This record gives sequence, C-alpha cells and structure tokens, in this order.
Amino acid sequence: MSSDPKTLKIFRPETDSPARIPLTESPVHAGFPSPAEDFLEGSLDLNNLVIRHPEATFFARVEGDSMMGEGIVEGNLLVVDKAVEPYDGCLAVAYIDGEFTLKRVRIEPGRIRLVPANPNYPTIEIGPDEEFSVWGVVRWVLKQL
Amino acid sequence: MYGLCDCNNFYASCERVFDPALEGRPVVVLSNNDGCVIARSNEAKRLGIKMGQPYYQLRELIRREAVAVFSANFALYGDMSRRVMSLLRKSAPAIEVYSIDEAFLDLTGVDEGRLDTLGHGLARTIRRHTGIPVSIGIAPTKTLAKIASKLCKQYPKLNGCCYMHRPEDIGKVLRRFPVGDVWGVGRRWAQLLEKNGVKTAWDFTQLPQAWVRQRMHVVGLRMWSELRGEPCIGFEEFPADKKQIATTRTFDHDIDDYEELHKRIAQYVAAAAEKLRRQRSVCGEISIFILTNRHKENMPQYYENRLLKLLVPTDNTLELTSHAVRLLRRIFRPGFAYKRAGVILSDLRSKSGIQTDLFDATDRTKHDRLMEAVDALNDRFGRHRLVTAAEGFEPFKMNRSHLSQRYTTDWQQIIKVKI
Repeated sequence: MSSDPKTLKIFRPETDSPARIPLTESPVHAGFPSPAEDFLEGSLDLNNLVIRHPEATFFARVEGDSMMGEGIVEGNLLVVDKAVEPYDGCLAVAYIDGEFTLKRVRIEPGRIRLVPANPNYPTIEIGPDEEFSVWGVVRWVLKQL
Repeated sequence: MYGLCDCNNFYASCERVFDPALEGRPVVVLSNNDGCVIARSNEAKRLGIKMGQPYYQLRELIRREAVAVFSANFALYGDMSRRVMSLLRKSAPAIEVYSIDEAFLDLTGVDEGRLDTLGHGLARTIRRHTGIPVSIGIAPTKTLAKIASKLCKQYPKLNGCCYMHRPEDIGKVLRRFPVGDVWGVGRRWAQLLEKNGVKTAWDFTQLPQAWVRQRMHVVGLRMWSELRGEPCIGFEEFPADKKQIATTRTFDHDIDDYEELHKRIAQYVAAAAEKLRRQRSVCGEISIFILTNRHKENMPQYYENRLLKLLVPTDNTLELTSHAVRLLRRIFRPGFAYKRAGVILSDLRSKSGIQTDLFDATDRTKHDRLMEAVDALNDRFGRHRLVTAAEGFEPFKMNRSHLSQRYTTDWQQIIKVKI
C-alpha cells in the first residue's frame, strides 16, 4: 500500500505542457565554444505571458460594437480567466439575459454597474438583491491587424 | 488518508458552464447516436429520468417539462476533465484518475489537521476555475472516501467536501448507507447479503471475517476490510493498460442490409485497432456481435457473437478487418433488423513481447510502417481521413442532433461575447 514507507514511490513527470529544451548547438569536440552558451534562457512562449491559470482560461470571440471606445471590436479574441476575482474597473464577461456580454465592471457600495464603452448603449445597474455573477475576467484582448 | 473527487453530474455540468441559462433547469445528455440518457442534472433526476433510459421513451416528458437535451460532446467533456484533473494534481501529492469525472487522491503525509481545509479549498477552487461542481470525500480508505463523497451530494451543506475520519462518525454513516451502494458491491452480492440480513454497510462490517472470505472471496474481504478502515485497495497512479478494447454502437436506425452492417463493423475495427496501437498492445483474439432491437418486441429477434483466436497477435487494422468480416459473414442472417453491433479485441499483450510464428507469411515490419503512417495522417488531418475501403467512403456519421459547440477545442466554436 502506498502508506507503507518502504514501498518505492514513482512520481509522474509533468508531460501535459510541451517542454522547451534549449538547443546547445556547439559541437563537443571542435571549434571555439559559443560565448552565449552560459547565458541560454528558454525561448519566449506567448502562452506563458497570456495564460496565468491554464485550467481556468477560456477563449472568446467578440461580436458587436458596444466597447468601441475601448478599442475592442468585432472579431477580437478575449483571453478570459475564471480564476481572477472581479475587481472594480475590470473588464469582464458576464451572462445577462441569455447571452454572454462584455462590460467594464464598477463595484461600488451597495451596487454594481456594468458600463459599456459605447455611448449608444445603456449602463446596466445591478441592485444588491439581484442575482448576477461574472463569468470570467478578461486579461488580454488579442487582435489581428 | 485517501480522497475521492467526483464531479457532480459531470456532462450536464459541462454544458451548464457554457450555457448558464441551464442553471436550475433539468438537463440530460444522450449517448452516441442519441440513444439513451448518460447524464442527468439533479432536476432531471427529480423528474424520474433514469440512467440508460432510451431517448424515445422520454420525448413526451422532455417537451412537457422543458428538459434541455444534449448529444454527448466528448471533445468538450474531455477538455473539462483535463482541467479538473490538472487542478487536483497540483494540490494532492498523487492522484489516480479513475474515470473521466472521478479521481482518487493519495493524501499520505498531509497533516490531518489540514485535510478539511484542503478538501474544501480544492472543491471551491475547481468550481471557480472551471465552473464544475465537485464532491470530495476524505477518509482512511478508498471505499470510505467514495461513501464520504456521496454524502456531499446528499447534503449540500457540506459545501463539496466531507472529511470522515473518526470511527464513531464513520459508524454513524455506515449504519445509514445501503450495502448495495458500496463501491464494488454488485447486484448479485447485494442480493446475497440481503438474504443474510445485511442491509447497511455497517451490517456488512459486522459479519465474521471467515464468512466473508468463504462466501465473497478475496474481493469481498477487501471491501469488508476497507469499510472497517483498513486500506487494502492499492493506489494506481499509472493505470494499467486495458485488458480488452471494445467498440460497440447502437445504430441511429435499424439496419437489415449486409453491406451496411459490413461497413459499420469495419469502422469499429478501425477505431478499436487505433486504440490498441495507442497503448502499444497487440490482441490475440477478436470477437464481434450483432443484435436486433430488443425494444421492438413484435419484430423477430436475433443475437449472435463469434470469437476468433489469432495465430499471431496483431494490431493491424487490415488484418483485423478481414478477420472481422469473415466472422460477420458467418453470423449474419438476412431478414432481421439489426440495431446494435460491436467489435471486441481481447487477450491483449504488450507489443514488444510478441511471439512470432515461424510460418507467418505476413511482412509485419512493413505493415507496422503502414499503420504508423495511417495513424500519423489521421492525427494530423482529423479522424477518419484515411480509412480502409471496407469502412465505406461516406464520412463517418453519428446522429448528434443536439450537439453543443466544442467551446474549448476548436477556434471556430469558442464562446461568442456580444458587446
């Protein structure tokens, strides 16, 4: 049984994410060793930058134009993190009236306001008794130029 | 201590994450080909919908009660499962993935004073990060951890975690726990036990050891000891390879045509052989079965199966297909409406230890290279791109009329956010 201290315990290596192994190119037996070899660092992985909580991160696509003032337009890709606690001023995906929507969250004593960045759309106010939950907080907006 | 983390109504919960309007509504998920119910939300359970119930029996109830119906979306469920398992792996010293929605945790070495906090924290984290509600049971044995996790489902006040360790608490729980619901007690043992006056898990633990050993053998004895708090079921961090690989399907319509059945069998062989190669095994036996629709009692019924032992174990789709087709020719009878068929590969062994036959005429190295190429192409360009001629040329079709989007595995199908 695994509670027996004498038994050999085998740990599983983490294989879920691709390991990036830096290449050391200089041949062993010949030539001048590369002066950069002692300074090798991992290559930059965009996933590491935009995904803080891999299990909680989901991607979403923007439809519509109510956040135009923020520079977020149709087709942009949102990196949504469900692990991040909504904070005052955060950009969040919320589920309202049967659809996902993107709004700036304003948390004030006794009320929450969901503010669009397009003056043509109204601010939604949520009272203390209304049921409402943020689906996830947007951490990045990706746009192809 | 051991933990068991079980995702509540997993498939239904996955659908709810991406469609929050389903919260509070009855939800059911149907098997491949929309055959029968394989998952139910609590609301659907309360409507009396049973696990495995055929869809057609439920149409009326579904309309009346506005039950949300989904075709199984295994791409989505698999991805959500990976997320849950990954979170578990990060906080428990070791985990054993038991099924798509269940994992055991080995909590050996964790300070017992911290276990309750750890379990509740984990349940909360999984819920927040993935949207999936879970029930975590923590107890001295795996069998007791299972019971503790079931308790969480009965008592929402436990907030997703039940740490059950004091003997008097365990005793109290076991006295109310039906013996038939204990992990590993099948219907036959439940009947045997009830005949002997055993109704609850507690009654079972009070039986003499000799009686249990004699009537229920080693397996029964293990359950008995586990219920008494003595761990006997090993922890398998690395699941053993499957001993048998089966691909079986219920058709979306009755099939009476030999050609059509032939195609289906060839498709199932291809799917099973691919799984076989993935775990680097070969099979020494192949069997197939065909079956008519039991629910249509006025129609003539037929069931037949046939097994073939192979001279040289193989993992080759072409070879297995020709065997399967030969078996099908032998058991196929015209004039019946077939509803279900399957291919089972058994006597599995590791490919590296394969024993060759001196007079084997097949060039196995060449076949291996072909199969490698087929698998590589299908991995890269999508399943069923490269098929055997026997499988037919129409795209692989499954009746999945209530399929939700593959929100997490296909860029074209991710969540849409209106702004």
